[in-house]
Amino acid sequence: MAEVTVAIATSERGTPRSRRSAGPWRVAFTQIAHNPVAVGSAIALVIIIAVCLAAPLYAQFIAHTDPFQSNINGTTVIDGHSVAVLQQQTQGLGLGVEPIGPTWNISNYFLGADSQGRDVFARLLYGGRTTLLIGFSSALICCALGALVGIIAGYFGGPVDWVLSRLMDIIWAFPVYLLAISLSVVLLTGGLKIGPIVIGPSNLLLPILIIALIYVPYVARPIRGQVLSLKNREFVKAAIGLGASDWRILRREILRNVLPTVIVFIPLMMALNMLTESALSFLSIGVQPPNASWGTIINDGLDLLYTRPAVAIAPGIMLVITAVALNLLGDAVRDALDPKAKLRGAA
Amino acid sequence: MLFVAKRLGSALLVMFAISIVVFLIFFATPGVDPAARLAGRGASPEVLSQVRHAFGFDQPLPVRYVLMMDHLFVTRDLTSYVNIGDKVVPQIMQAAPVTLSLVLGAAIIWIVLGLGGGILATRFRGSVVDPIIMVIGIAAVSLPAYWVGEVVNLITQDRLHDTVFSWVPPLGYVPFAQNPGQWALHLLFPWLTLALLYGGIYARVLRAELVTAMGEDYVRTGRAKGLSERRILWRHALRGSLSPVVSLFGLDLGSLIGGAALLTEVVFGLPGIGKLTWDSLQNLDLPVIMACVLYAAFFVVAANAIVDLLYAVIDPRVRRA
Amino acid sequence: MTAAPLLEVDDLRVAFRTRDGVVNAVNGLSFTVGRGEVLGIVGESGSGKSMAMYSMMGLLDNPNATVAGSALFEGTELIGMPLPKLNRLRGSSIAMIFQDPMTALTPVYTVGWQIVEQIRTHEKVSSQAAWKRAVELLDEVGIPDAARRAKAYPHEFSGGMRQRVMIAMSLACHPSLLIADEPTTALDVTTQRQILELIRDLQAKYGSSVIMITHDMGVISEIADRVIVMYAGRAVELGGKSQVVRSPRHPYTWGLLGAIPRPGQRGRRLATIPGLPPGPHDDQTGCPFRSRCRFAMDECSEMPPLRATGDAAGHLDACWLPGDTRESLREEIA
Repeated sequence: MAEVTVAIATSERGTPRSRRSAGPWRVAFTQIAHNPVAVGSAIALVIIIAVCLAAPLYAQFIAHTDPFQSNINGTTVIDGHSVAVLQQQTQGLGLGVEPIGPTWNISNYFLGADSQGRDVFARLLYGGRTTLLIGFSSALICCALGALVGIIAGYFGGPVDWVLSRLMDIIWAFPVYLLAISLSVVLLTGGLKIGPIVIGPSNLLLPILIIALIYVPYVARPIRGQVLSLKNREFVKAAIGLGASDWRILRREILRNVLPTVIVFIPLMMALNMLTESALSFLSIGVQPPNASWGTIINDGLDLLYTRPAVAIAPGIMLVITAVALNLLGDAVRDALDPKAKLRGAA
Repeated sequence: MLFVAKRLGSALLVMFAISIVVFLIFFATPGVDPAARLAGRGASPEVLSQVRHAFGFDQPLPVRYVLMMDHLFVTRDLTSYVNIGDKVVPQIMQAAPVTLSLVLGAAIIWIVLGLGGGILATRFRGSVVDPIIMVIGIAAVSLPAYWVGEVVNLITQDRLHDTVFSWVPPLGYVPFAQNPGQWALHLLFPWLTLALLYGGIYARVLRAELVTAMGEDYVRTGRAKGLSERRILWRHALRGSLSPVVSLFGLDLGSLIGGAALLTEVVFGLPGIGKLTWDSLQNLDLPVIMACVLYAAFFVVAANAIVDLLYAVIDPRVRRA
Repeated sequence: MTAAPLLEVDDLRVAFRTRDGVVNAVNGLSFTVGRGEVLGIVGESGSGKSMAMYSMMGLLDNPNATVAGSALFEGTELIGMPLPKLNRLRGSSIAMIFQDPMTALTPVYTVGWQIVEQIRTHEKVSSQAAWKRAVELLDEVGIPDAARRAKAYPHEFSGGMRQRVMIAMSLACHPSLLIADEPTTALDVTTQRQILELIRDLQAKYGSSVIMITHDMGVISEIADRVIVMYAGRAVELGGKSQVVRSPRHPYTWGLLGAIPRPGQRGRRLATIPGLPPGPHDDQTGCPFRSRCRFAMDECSEMPPLRATGDAAGHLDACWLPGDTRESLREEIA
């Protein structure tokens, strides 16, 4: 089917404008737009993104709370009574504190408080912003970088290919989480200083770059394979035979045909990257305080699991819904653009 | 035989490459003084100079690499500077059986589930089995295992612990040698948490492979030979379909040892390499982290090499490579 | 033909339900195969020749396919035979070899293993005895060093050698009918000839009947006793080999024969048949060849029956052209 996409793309270029039927992009878009699962996923994503972007509005105008300020001695009013946000634990040894649970009142500790008395729902929205931002930007960087490496290695071959491929092999053989842990822990203990560029330990760029980097082979390998086979296709050979420059062939023939695959990878990669970010944040080496992400909130909720499960469960549910929506959308995009594209052996 | 030697050689090469990458990450990342990193937060000047001496920071990079490897694998006297005096390598050796128990048990369950599910789904193609496997497949790539573990804990340890799940032991680990029954019981839910999701993916992959294989020419030959459909499925189609599943298994075993299992150990309170890593991450105990990462990575490479050898047993075409 | 043919096919029809309606892949095919006879079925790809064989053998696993008509093998009906019973016939009494020897063998087992499997499916023999027979068979089909090569995997053989393995496997249980589906198409020219000679020698030795399916008139003239020419799911000409090859009567056969290069015809352009066979959704009434036939007439909008139009016994064709004008018309296009 990938052949078909390519065939459409090339034949279209060869035929006169007058006979032009709907282009491959348009065909794919129509196919996605007629897929109820894809449309549903897209709508769910738009809602999640919109709600998360509105986090500051919610915190300021509805909940009247600062989700980054600990509120250990604060009180709030529930059903007309003034209640401490953190209460002494009554069960067990009575040593710990117990934050208030979900009030299900949208303007006041909707999902309760965490162990520092902060509004969990407000943090959930802010955390979503961070997680989505990291997932999306690292997916873009990763796909761009992976496509670049794959195209260069595949097109130029020879020693360039050898070096790049071995580099990819090493990253590939290195279990992603272990690589991410190594990079994160080192960078978080001192930030990154390369000449004049200084990235502080709590800068979101660190997790974005780390996550983008570790998944580059996932994109680069299939793209390289695709470019290798494209190079042997008649239309590329014809372009080479006609004396087209490398730049022109790369832009007109290679990039144009590789692009659908790269686009297929973006939503799938974004889901993967969000999950990775959350796992790293859960391990406390992803997003650093005072920033919140869904992973750090799940971590916050670990100690409150049995008393106040909403803290750990709610961000997980958000994460799963977003990841499912992205994967479903990604599958639909793949079916429409490049059914053979595989991010990984599975799924 | 040549193939085995070649594969083991390349595994060694990969281990070497990984150790270099780890070394560069920990010792040559631009930023702060690597000695300060290794010594942990707020280390005293004495400790700092001790670290500098132990890892040869006044010497060129290759010497430092050799020193690091020496501390890790030869003398195995790498010590933590946070919990001063703790030898790192024995801790890892102590934690390794826990991780192995978790990973191997889960792997066996998921292979059984995956193969069974895949074969069932092929036999009952087009029935309700297909959408179920689809859903599990999507869920498996979308659910964070550690979070699922927390939900499982919430249910089995707290919310339903007084009724349905009263038989579930508290979180923790019992060594196999001490009490095999308790060992299995303690690991049951961690195993299931990992295995159900992966099993779903495998069932999906195997089903796709089997459906493709059942359309191959050699299946037609088998029918023309008068073989029963059962024999064609089990002896001919399945055998060829196992190869991609096995290579996927190698990949996942790696991501499991170095990822999902790490997080699952934390959630289920299993004192394996993952928990050790987690604990040292909490206080940024870099020598321990470095050692855990390297040992786990070597584990993964070794597992992959074994899987590849298995692959060659299943598919004779690979042996030529 | 003599009494009690080995295989008697009557009005065989294969239809596929598709999204755009029913497609008739085989449209009322009737023929017989006598004992020890080699029947060639020739036609372009898509003419339904393979489809007819697969439907008889129960090898159509497309759930949208329906098979109608009758195929009596040694007096037993093959169409609609339950699978367990069919499995006792397949591989023992009726064997098949396929076009692409590269993919027809299971890649993960040795060829010896696969032949042993064939023997032991149908006969109660020890695996040692079966292995010994497998080696003998491989030796007989001309595989050098058979005892050692039996332990090799399919990918370690060349295409021609693999087809020899397929032949050895198909002959393992001494079938009375061998169906060869384009056995030489995927091979190079020299290998093609060797494989044909092998099939002919073994056929002569064992006395099996053979149905040779091909699109190559050259193969037919080499090996067949009788020939069926198929076009768009129907037989358009049927007769003895020399009848069909020397004095073909259907314009389509003329085209087919014109498409083979012959010595002594140098300097002439190879004839091709203009146009394409009718698509599955094209109008299915009338002679299917009429859109490509330069002699098409008004009568051709009605389906011509398969019947004798000349003097030769057993030489039938489906064309409305007057029987006595055929010779001169053929000269015209030659």
